[in-house]
Amino acid sequence: MQTTVSLTVNGKPASATVEGRTLLVQLLREQLGLTGTHVGCDTSQCGACVVHVDGEAVKSCTLLAVQAQGRNILTIEGVANGDTLHPMQEAFRNNHALQCGFCTPGMVMSALDLVKNNADPTEREIREYLEGNLCRCTGYHNIVLAIAAGAAAMRGDTAGSVKAEGAAASAAE
Amino acid sequence: MSATGTPAIGMPIRRREDYRFLTGQGTYTDDINRPGQVYASILRSPHASARITGIDTSAAAGAPGVVAVFTGKDMAADGVGGLPCGWLINSKDGSPMIEPTHPVLVTDRVRHVGDHVAVVIAESLGQARDASELIAVDYAVEPAIVDPAAALLPGATQVWDEAPGNICYDWQLGDLAPVEAAMAKAARIVKLDLVNNRLVPNAMEPRAAVGEFNRATGEYSLYTTSQNPHVIRLLMSGVLHIQETRLRVVAPDVGGGFGSKIYHYAEEAIVTWAAGKVRKPVKWTADRSESFMSDAHGRDHVTHVELALDADARFTGLKVSTIANMGAYLSTFATCIPTYLYGTLLAGTYTTPAIYVETKAVFTHTVPVDAYRGAGRPEATFLLERIVDVAADELGIDPAELRRRNFIPSTGFPYQTPVALQYDSGDYHTTLEMALQAAGYAGFEARRQEAARRGKLRGIGIATYIEACGIAPSAVVGSLGARAGLFESAVVRVHPTGGVTVLTGSHAHGQGHETTFAQLVADGLGIPIEAIEIVHGDTNKIPYGMGTYGSRSLAVGGSAIIKAMDKVIAKGRKIAAHLMEAAEADVEFKDGAFTVAGTDRSTTLAEVALTAYVPHNFPHEELEPGLDETAFYDPKNFTYPSGAHIAEIEIDPDTGHLTVVNFTAADDFGRIINPMIVAGQVHGGLAQGIGQAVLEGCVYDKETGQLLTGSYNDYAMPRAADFPNFVLSTNTTLCTHNPLGVKGCGEAGAIGAPAAIANAIVDALKGLGVRHVEMPATPEKLWRVINEHKAPRAAA
Amino acid sequence: MYEFEYHTATSLDDAAGRLADEDAKLVAGGMTLIPTLKQRLAKPTQLIDLGKIASLKGITEEGDAVVVGAMTRHVDVSRSEIVRRVIPSLAELAGMIGDPAVRNRGTIGGSISNNDPAADYPGAVVALNATVRTSKREIAGDDFFTGLFETALEPGEIVTAVKFPRIQAANYQKFRNPASRYAIVGVYVARTGSGVRVAVTGAGAFVFRVPEMEAALAKSFKPDAIQDIVIPQDDLNSDIHASAEYRAHLVNVMARRAVAACA
Repeated sequence: MQTTVSLTVNGKPASATVEGRTLLVQLLREQLGLTGTHVGCDTSQCGACVVHVDGEAVKSCTLLAVQAQGRNILTIEGVANGDTLHPMQEAFRNNHALQCGFCTPGMVMSALDLVKNNADPTEREIREYLEGNLCRCTGYHNIVLAIAAGAAAMRGDTAGSVKAEGAAASAAE
Repeated sequence: MSATGTPAIGMPIRRREDYRFLTGQGTYTDDINRPGQVYASILRSPHASARITGIDTSAAAGAPGVVAVFTGKDMAADGVGGLPCGWLINSKDGSPMIEPTHPVLVTDRVRHVGDHVAVVIAESLGQARDASELIAVDYAVEPAIVDPAAALLPGATQVWDEAPGNICYDWQLGDLAPVEAAMAKAARIVKLDLVNNRLVPNAMEPRAAVGEFNRATGEYSLYTTSQNPHVIRLLMSGVLHIQETRLRVVAPDVGGGFGSKIYHYAEEAIVTWAAGKVRKPVKWTADRSESFMSDAHGRDHVTHVELALDADARFTGLKVSTIANMGAYLSTFATCIPTYLYGTLLAGTYTTPAIYVETKAVFTHTVPVDAYRGAGRPEATFLLERIVDVAADELGIDPAELRRRNFIPSTGFPYQTPVALQYDSGDYHTTLEMALQAAGYAGFEARRQEAARRGKLRGIGIATYIEACGIAPSAVVGSLGARAGLFESAVVRVHPTGGVTVLTGSHAHGQGHETTFAQLVADGLGIPIEAIEIVHGDTNKIPYGMGTYGSRSLAVGGSAIIKAMDKVIAKGRKIAAHLMEAAEADVEFKDGAFTVAGTDRSTTLAEVALTAYVPHNFPHEELEPGLDETAFYDPKNFTYPSGAHIAEIEIDPDTGHLTVVNFTAADDFGRIINPMIVAGQVHGGLAQGIGQAVLEGCVYDKETGQLLTGSYNDYAMPRAADFPNFVLSTNTTLCTHNPLGVKGCGEAGAIGAPAAIANAIVDALKGLGVRHVEMPATPEKLWRVINEHKAPRAAA
Repeated sequence: MYEFEYHTATSLDDAAGRLADEDAKLVAGGMTLIPTLKQRLAKPTQLIDLGKIASLKGITEEGDAVVVGAMTRHVDVSRSEIVRRVIPSLAELAGMIGDPAVRNRGTIGGSISNNDPAADYPGAVVALNATVRTSKREIAGDDFFTGLFETALEPGEIVTAVKFPRIQAANYQKFRNPASRYAIVGVYVARTGSGVRVAVTGAGAFVFRVPEMEAALAKSFKPDAIQDIVIPQDDLNSDIHASAEYRAHLVNVMARRAVAACA
């Protein structure tokens, strides 16, 4: 069954003809050419495919494209302001929170979702919020620091990142 | 010194590759779509062991959108060969290993769940998958054997007719006689049986491959998720009988490897071959379930170890007997992992004078096993550091003290081990003290008691490690059976306006070479990092190179860049001498400029480069135009990173749940080019090492050979909440034999962490008399161990 | 995934009507169904999406009770002012389901209708003595779950809401599978005016109560009161992550922790 889906992606209208079984991530990657959203598993657990749907983090591998009809989608490609990285992206870069980069788009989208709900998360809250995002490269250490720093920057609190680093330094105490 | 006057080497320069990854602009293999592309779906065996008595592809061939269906017979008829193994191991008796055919697509029988039976190529992936279900395969299911120790038992099910007893090889290293003499004289012999659990690498990017055939040129292209595109080109040219000149292999952005993307896989050959057949680009992307049953797995050893100690608790002899699972077929480097990357490391950081190791490699009905982060060295470290802790416990000596007593002293280098290696440098005492200090080792008992008041069992565990990295001196490995050289290549191409392109045979899949290598060149040529481009991953661009694994990129690939830069500078000096009308011997190169010593006469590298490409005023009789140099670097020795890791854990005795409370790593990686990237490598390695110790274990059903951990629902991948923040430090002794003094850092975390965690667990439980706990230390396993030792179990 | 037809139901009647096709399936949040379809483990002819039926969403107070619409997402329950005030343990449970992105899609109606043995909500429905409202009737929580992935729902019957009565104290303790993070064992203990209810998920084919614990806790609502109550292993799940014996043990540990947390 072919259906035409119309939606807003990164602020721009888009439409595509899809099957009933087409996943949102397939629509984004294969039809709209937005390959920044990745697929790392087939059991909806790795989180590489996280995008925002109407402002909330959703696994785009577990949403049918037809279910996105009329929705507002934000993907990693729409996070930066032109060539200027979003403060959360900048925090990932500055804290070396990515290595191979494959999980990174999902991590950034989840991080933004966390900060939307919790502007000043603790280290433990960050780690628990990443329940649905797997990374095999970083051991999560720098991702956690980056999210704390990114949240601080989004609050306009430049000292925020110190708190997370302090946590690292005191871990052995 | 770079152009800015500050050295780039040693600085935590932010990664140049991050912008594209953070904005979704990375180009991974599955992001590549070629015009007219069609999709491959592999039909995989649902059985671990079965004869194929018939395959009917007619319904699939007629299904909507299907372009072609191929079986092993089609490939065999076309002369397609088997996938080769890259390392010949000889048994104790001198006989070569048993090396069965490793077909791209099977013809008459399957040997593991996920084995490759047929491929459907269709206009869409959905159509290809729909059609693959229409292939009717008649399987005569036979018994399966999956456990490596059981595979050696008399009467065990046979995987290959040509491998009686399922033995691939029975290898040894070291002299047995001195070890037995040491055992005979020992004040104490400590023995332990242990298992190194089977792991699934799980790079987050699933493998993918796009094959393409250009009718006009006769050239095949393969885009693939590989750590070493030239190795794939070489091997596949043999499998498919395509000249290397007509084969281009591109490994674009690759989403993690950890060893699993070294090997030449069937799917790469399938899409390339099929692209020629259907005359369209053919794309295959694994879903995670396919990855679990087709990516090479790691570890899977069963070992008995005996350590002899004298009355002063000095190690006098070590004897190790290991059974290593090869899986059903020999993957590309499978055979060298439990031998030359394992047995050679059994001296560890210690002066043990006599060491003997034997490894029986066995076939089973499981996915092939090959290198996974650390590859042999984690297995060696695990058994060694466990037996040292068991010895410490039996002798009542503090584990740190027993290690100190047996360390190779910092004055003892170069140190020749009894297992073939010669360590060039190290300082194990200082590194251990750094770790002990950072971990608050001296204050641990207070923390243990505090935890006990909360009802928790707290333990601390030390592991030291040595690695052999910077793989590897070609002549040495060649004498040991390697069928490849292990040099690395680089081109340093200075452009007419002074910019530099570096073409490297190394491959980055998360390691940050675009940054680290540029730091080398920025300092070496005195130019800004922005003027440097690092190119890798495309056999049509880069010189023949061996790729990235075994913590070799900087030590070998970086050294090749240094060599090529030296050539550029040497030629530049000649050109500069000509330009400045000075003697070459008087021209110095520093901070990007050639200067006549003792004068203010100077010319920049950019001016020299322009002269080289616009050679109007040029010493033509002496030099060729251009400033573009190639170098190959073959290492003189392995490098020997080392370190001390300390884990502190708590166990909830009511549930068996384990929490990693603290983890401290002190490492010696030689010179550090980018400390930020090094720390990241350690973090990731630790997570995989802790994952192995606590969470991860690949399980096959012993009766049916079914893979029971075939998805993230059953294979426990470490998550953010499973870890504390890691506490890192580095102690530096330089490698003595490469130009950078670097040792490599990619695998350290995965090597030291498992034993540190395992030792901490046993320490937490030592009050109960627990001597060893197998990995992964799952909640139920710990709960049972605690219960069994707490009191005799009440009858059910 | 096999191909299917997709419909957005315009009303409960529309959805029920389409269920006349017995190979049609309802999709609520899709957090279990879509992964199942991706694995080609189900082959529905039609998917009927309940997402646009406004009457199925939302959380309201009805006297002393909280009514949660079937299409209310886990995230909404976990953050609901009403739920946090009246039954805080239910908000906590909702916040423990899956991961944040799953909680942004998954719904209570989908969860209880699917009745996965390791799902969390069935424990709440039974322990809190909830009433399941459907397109046809009301079903007592105790009667709703009938077997592995089976419920009392009849063909064409759709869950519309779950009504949770206010209780004195309650707590949910979940011991997660280290891989899937589903409950290996989840124990929900609730103290009501009429007694104590102990509901267990994850351990068996579907949620069950532990009458011995309930009786003991009714006499003395303390962890020690159930220390020696070991539930039989015979009907418990056993897999590579947890044997039946271990699960039986965990039920006791989690129940004691839940009781302690109620205090």
